[in-house]
Amino acid sequence: MTNETIQQKIQDKFGESVRGFETPYGMLTFEIAADKNIELLQYLYDEPDLAFRFLTDVTVVHYPDDKGRELAIVYHLHNLVDNVRFRFKCFIDINKPEINSATVLFESANWQEREAYDFYGVIFKGHPNLKRIMNVEEMDYFPMRKEFPLEDQSRTDKDDEMFGRGGSVN
Amino acid sequence: MAIIEEQVQNNNIKLPDGSIEKTTTTLNLGPTHPATHGVFQNILEVDGERIVSAEQTIGYIHRAFEKIAERRPLYQITPLTDRLNYCSSPLNNMGWHMTCEKLLGIKTPKRVDYLRVIIMELARISDHLICNSIMIVDAGGFTPFLYLMEYRELIYEIYEEICGSRLTTNIGRIGGFERNFNSTVWGKLEKFLREYPKALKEFEALTQRNRIVMDRCIGSGPISAERALNYGFTGPNLRAAGVDYDVRVHTPYSSYEDFDFNIPVGTTGDCYDRYLVRNGEMWESLKIINQAYQKIQQFKGADAEIFHADAPDYYLPEKADVYTSMEALIYHFKIVMGETEIPKGEVYHSVEGANGELGFYLISDGGRTPYRLHFRRPCFIYYQAYSEMTKGAMISDAIIVMSSLNLIAGEMDA
Repeated sequence: MTNETIQQKIQDKFGESVRGFETPYGMLTFEIAADKNIELLQYLYDEPDLAFRFLTDVTVVHYPDDKGRELAIVYHLHNLVDNVRFRFKCFIDINKPEINSATVLFESANWQEREAYDFYGVIFKGHPNLKRIMNVEEMDYFPMRKEFPLEDQSRTDKDDEMFGRGGSVN
Repeated sequence: MAIIEEQVQNNNIKLPDGSIEKTTTTLNLGPTHPATHGVFQNILEVDGERIVSAEQTIGYIHRAFEKIAERRPLYQITPLTDRLNYCSSPLNNMGWHMTCEKLLGIKTPKRVDYLRVIIMELARISDHLICNSIMIVDAGGFTPFLYLMEYRELIYEIYEEICGSRLTTNIGRIGGFERNFNSTVWGKLEKFLREYPKALKEFEALTQRNRIVMDRCIGSGPISAERALNYGFTGPNLRAAGVDYDVRVHTPYSSYEDFDFNIPVGTTGDCYDRYLVRNGEMWESLKIINQAYQKIQQFKGADAEIFHADAPDYYLPEKADVYTSMEALIYHFKIVMGETEIPKGEVYHSVEGANGELGFYLISDGGRTPYRLHFRRPCFIYYQAYSEMTKGAMISDAIIVMSSLNLIAGEMDA
């Protein structure tokens, strides 16, 4: 199984919904429409030639400048038998951050999605227990989003442009 | 309901009409219970001694490493990785250096790879020996733990000689090591290789066929291979369930393909299998270290002095050069101030950490700091299975399952 055969199979099955195929550092990467994520995971799981049955990682990346598709949910999958990995991404609107939960297929997605919700506010539809995992439940913002600078911007005692902290430097 | 009414009558307790008796007890195991060996909580619902359900609460030592990393140049992220699985910091450090090297396209010389293998396998031994001996402590045997701790000290002395610190090591640099291994290091390594096998053998003799250990461990907290994979298990815990997945073999990094070693696997995935797999891995690690040491001794002349790759943009120049040459001075400042632009790219690299596949997902937008860095922490992912593994078990099993999973709060909470 090579990256090309996986790409071919997925393109045949999903047609217009998938795009942006590339292989940075040897790992096949593509994008799929956000409402098709579970369909794709299910297909990859069931199709005997592919059999991607190990969910390595689920995480989120925030691109504030990409209007309408600010949040990228990134899935890393692994076929342990043939030892092939790839990743795919779903882009969603930050004003309607909803996507179907992968917990229907993978138990391991449970906490990873809770973490993604905790840090980025992505609502995973169908998740059995979607609440904050690292931060306190009273928190009313999603701290890993890019609009929150790392250091408290109201502090003046640490202003030091030369060392990249405080002031206008984010 | 009938039983409750009977009990109420027998005890002459008068309950108000319409009240429903709660038949289970809630037990808070943690966050600062001595047997959790870290700060995390388990809310157990117990019916007598039996666990009905367990709910895990984590995040007590969350330090937002992923957020902090977005503001730091690459070399300053290494100390953050120390504090993930702090029982085997060098493994995390090396994983991080290799991720950076993959992104930057730095090719490390063979000797550096072998030096790294030695350090990584030492770290694996120190992690497994802690996990296994602590598990025995939780089963009531204190002696093996005190006995093996002496040998972790020998490993820590080796770290100390190379990088100056012991627990949170910050060992190595992008491209190699901060300095060559001196003769003291090799002396200490030889001492360890000579003495540790004896101690490990005695440890096994004390514990492996010990009636109490066997009774406590066999059959407690089992998990099938299928469920383990679904839960995203990796590392010794997955191998104990019978799946021979090891990143060192599947996706060799740091020249692991040059070494000859076995992957111990279990069958039932219970505490005893996890214990055996870890013990087996310690023997394999010793084998790898011996091979690596032999390979290193074969380097002659100038090759025997190589301890870093040629990566002037990221590897600090010699201090003497900084004082005497302009170029080295410029590089020195650029590196220390974090003013080197990282090439644009997106990379996932994983190493076989002590607990499983430790992955680093690094996205760079061409700036000086990562745009996004995500750690795949094996411990965080497999701890989810804890409630399923302890369902129906006794409270004492809950303790031993926890210690046999090697849950490290630093890694879980990141």
